[in-house]
Amino acid sequence: MIKKNNKIKIKIDDKIYIAADGETILDVAKRNNIFLPTLCHHPDLKIKANCRVCVVEVKGLKRLVTSCSTPACSGMEIFTNSEKVKLSRDTNLKLIFSAHIEKCSSCTSKFDCSLLDLAKRYKINIADFKDRKDKRKTYKFANSVEIDGSQCIDCRNCIDVCSNVQKIGYLKKTGKGYKQEVVPVDDKNIDCIYCGQCALHCPVASAQEQYNWDDVEKILANKKGKTLVAMFAPSTRVSIGEMFGLPYGYNSSGLMVAALKKLGFDQVVDVNFGADVTTMVEAGELLERLANKKSRLPMITSCCPAWVKYVEFKRPDLIPHLTSSRSPQIHLGGIIKTYWAEKKKIKAKDIVTISIMPCTAKKFESKREELKIGGNYPIDHVLTVRELAFLIKKNNIDFKNLKKTKSNDIINDGSGAGVIYGASGGVMESALRTANHLVCKDSKKAKICHTRLEFKDVRGLNGIKEAKIDLDGNKLNVAIVNGIGNIDGILDKLGKYHYIEVMACPGGCIGGGGQIIPSSMEIVKKRMEGLYKSDKKEKIRTAHDNKGAIDVLNWVKSNDLTKNVLHTKYRKRERDKT
Amino acid sequence: MKNILEKIEKAKLIGRGGACFPVHLKWMAVKSSKDKVKYIVVNGAEGEPGIYKDGYILDNHLDDFLLGVKTAFDFIKAEKIYFYLNKKYYDSYRNKITKIANKIGLKDKFIFVAKPLNSGYIAGEETSILNIIEGKNIEPRIRPPFPTCNGLYGKPTLINNIETFYNVFLVSKNKFKNERFYSINFAQKNKGVYILSDDLSIKQILEQTKNYPKYDFFVQIGGDASGEVLNGSQLDRKVDGAGSITIYNLKKHQSEKLIKYWLSFFRDNSCGQCTPCREGTYRLHEMFENNGMKMKDDVRFQNLCDNLFLSSFCALGNAAPVAVLSYLKNVYKLL
Repeated sequence: MIKKNNKIKIKIDDKIYIAADGETILDVAKRNNIFLPTLCHHPDLKIKANCRVCVVEVKGLKRLVTSCSTPACSGMEIFTNSEKVKLSRDTNLKLIFSAHIEKCSSCTSKFDCSLLDLAKRYKINIADFKDRKDKRKTYKFANSVEIDGSQCIDCRNCIDVCSNVQKIGYLKKTGKGYKQEVVPVDDKNIDCIYCGQCALHCPVASAQEQYNWDDVEKILANKKGKTLVAMFAPSTRVSIGEMFGLPYGYNSSGLMVAALKKLGFDQVVDVNFGADVTTMVEAGELLERLANKKSRLPMITSCCPAWVKYVEFKRPDLIPHLTSSRSPQIHLGGIIKTYWAEKKKIKAKDIVTISIMPCTAKKFESKREELKIGGNYPIDHVLTVRELAFLIKKNNIDFKNLKKTKSNDIINDGSGAGVIYGASGGVMESALRTANHLVCKDSKKAKICHTRLEFKDVRGLNGIKEAKIDLDGNKLNVAIVNGIGNIDGILDKLGKYHYIEVMACPGGCIGGGGQIIPSSMEIVKKRMEGLYKSDKKEKIRTAHDNKGAIDVLNWVKSNDLTKNVLHTKYRKRERDKT
Repeated sequence: MKNILEKIEKAKLIGRGGACFPVHLKWMAVKSSKDKVKYIVVNGAEGEPGIYKDGYILDNHLDDFLLGVKTAFDFIKAEKIYFYLNKKYYDSYRNKITKIANKIGLKDKFIFVAKPLNSGYIAGEETSILNIIEGKNIEPRIRPPFPTCNGLYGKPTLINNIETFYNVFLVSKNKFKNERFYSINFAQKNKGVYILSDDLSIKQILEQTKNYPKYDFFVQIGGDASGEVLNGSQLDRKVDGAGSITIYNLKKHQSEKLIKYWLSFFRDNSCGQCTPCREGTYRLHEMFENNGMKMKDDVRFQNLCDNLFLSSFCALGNAAPVAVLSYLKNVYKLL
């Protein structure tokens, strides 16, 4: 019998390695840079071992084992490339290719496809078996996400993340054997919130954003006299570099501006600015609610469109709790089409706004009719940051070696408080920085108040974060829900709080459904560190110190556009037709 | 009670569900767990074509089988017993089992679960049964953890086949004579169930039961779907796995029809969880459908079969190519 103990020695391909108790063969291999192919394996999900491409041979066993699910045991001798391993690994890969109709020409994963990479590595004939899923349906969830059954390799990561991480439970397996399929559940009380976590965890882009890069490409090719304005979300700057070999958490904002300009956009602006506006509106509303005893408390953030969809569908009774503030992309889009348009002497209808988001639900948000200003959508097109990376690669732009550029516009690059919007707890912290300033700016302690910038209790990756905040004597109970799967823990005791931030995706926007793939909590942590580092470097770290944002807000007020540009309304929603 | 474990070990009792795992090791693993809540699952799925000896035991030895279950219940101090039965057994024996179980001190200690309709072959696999009881997908679980330490609802669980519990009864009464039940069939038509020594050869079994055909024949042992196929000169072997022998007429049988039967059985019964079985059984069926016996020398066909054995998620997938490959090797060349 193979014995287990704390210091485990195993052999992989004739070399000795030390394994810790509980580590799988895959863990040990990864730690020692021994490549093993994986598809269904995701570090944040439970081990399913269903794709069977990570098989290895263990001396003494007739059958192969999956390295992802097999614990390393003392004395194991493992072979990662024996004849048996090659036979099974290659056969399983061929079978997987036959279950996945290649739609590479329009697939945003084209340049970074884990499946194609494996085919190249092992010289697999991907057409050895005929594709068998050509009659499978594509399920579209509003305009945000889709699951294309003709590309699905049945790994079930989508079902797992939707049910067990997000706890939405919108997807299920139907049918048996080769007829099985991932479909939306029938239950009318469950609906997709468009978070896109299915897409983020799909190894083969069967679950994917409903892409808009082709629309944007057409507009770029033929501007028809329009002014094209691109804007990018706080969290995208610390992840896009991953696609181009830059380190995790590296702030690529200068490179993004350069790349977007190179793609042909006339103007590039930073959604940080929009976030500063959001903070001002939201902090103001928080103080108003606190002061007015008739107001509904707690106030809950609304900048996460997946969360808003959740409330509108599942808990419409909470609508009065949502801040009426629009989200950063909508604020900025609206400002571009009003303030900026006037300053630049361009008609709103001649401006096309394209926002680069870490999010699939932002596509849904952008098409909300109630957000229109004078008949125009604030945002015309939303691309995920994956789509942008794809466009950059498609246009052969050498991203890494671009000359870092500033957006150089009357709309400035925003404050440090805007940057941290990308992380769970960031919206709360930004609002607290400003609320703290607003409540005590006229008091004796104003100077002390002003130095108070960091609220570290609200940071980090815990599922629920709680803190007691003292704003010049006003004691606030606040909570942050990091991932919609943790929401029940807070909804049960809503009355306890004054202010709650909810982000549907674990980690916040840096873990968003439109983020760079691969994404995992380990990677999210590095993106998070990148954001807080950037915040710390900023000279201006609060929304209220962003003079540009204050000017814009004053302009909006004096033009009587407050309602149209800064605030929004929510409504109860029925289940979407798919 | 410790006594029973020694007896089981001494009798060299092995599980009669087909996997032949030593019974005492399984019992000890569950017994030694410190968890206070433990379960017993009685596997009466009997889902593979050609095997119906559990039904025979229910018919003829119901009391003794249930005393075997009671012995296990007392030994591991189980919280609950789950009688997992296929629809036929569930309908026929539910009331009888209840009556007897109440009488032998198991009142309120057992629950019946019927094997879901059309759930097929995989719904007899032990971890699939755990999933069924818990209302999850009908498919096997990853091992480790094993059911003995982390089974039903995460609790240590003893899962044994009906015949195994019956044997436990015999062992406890010192009546176990190293016998087992054999289902014997002619080309998938039931002939009957026989109790004979477990070390007889196939030839001896057929002779002693007067089932030895006068014509040229070949046999499939251990189930009509996953069992190995042997020719007339290979009958000195014992019957491994589940106890069944099915006799086919060498001259009258149709190769293509038989192979198609096996291939469609596995394609339609695959739970679909893993690639080699879901996709592999589909492709084997498709290739054979399109090319017929030409496939016997086809490298891709052979690779798919080998891959099922090497890398399937569960033992049922591992066994899926056995019938076809052994038929081609042992029988087809004689034709």
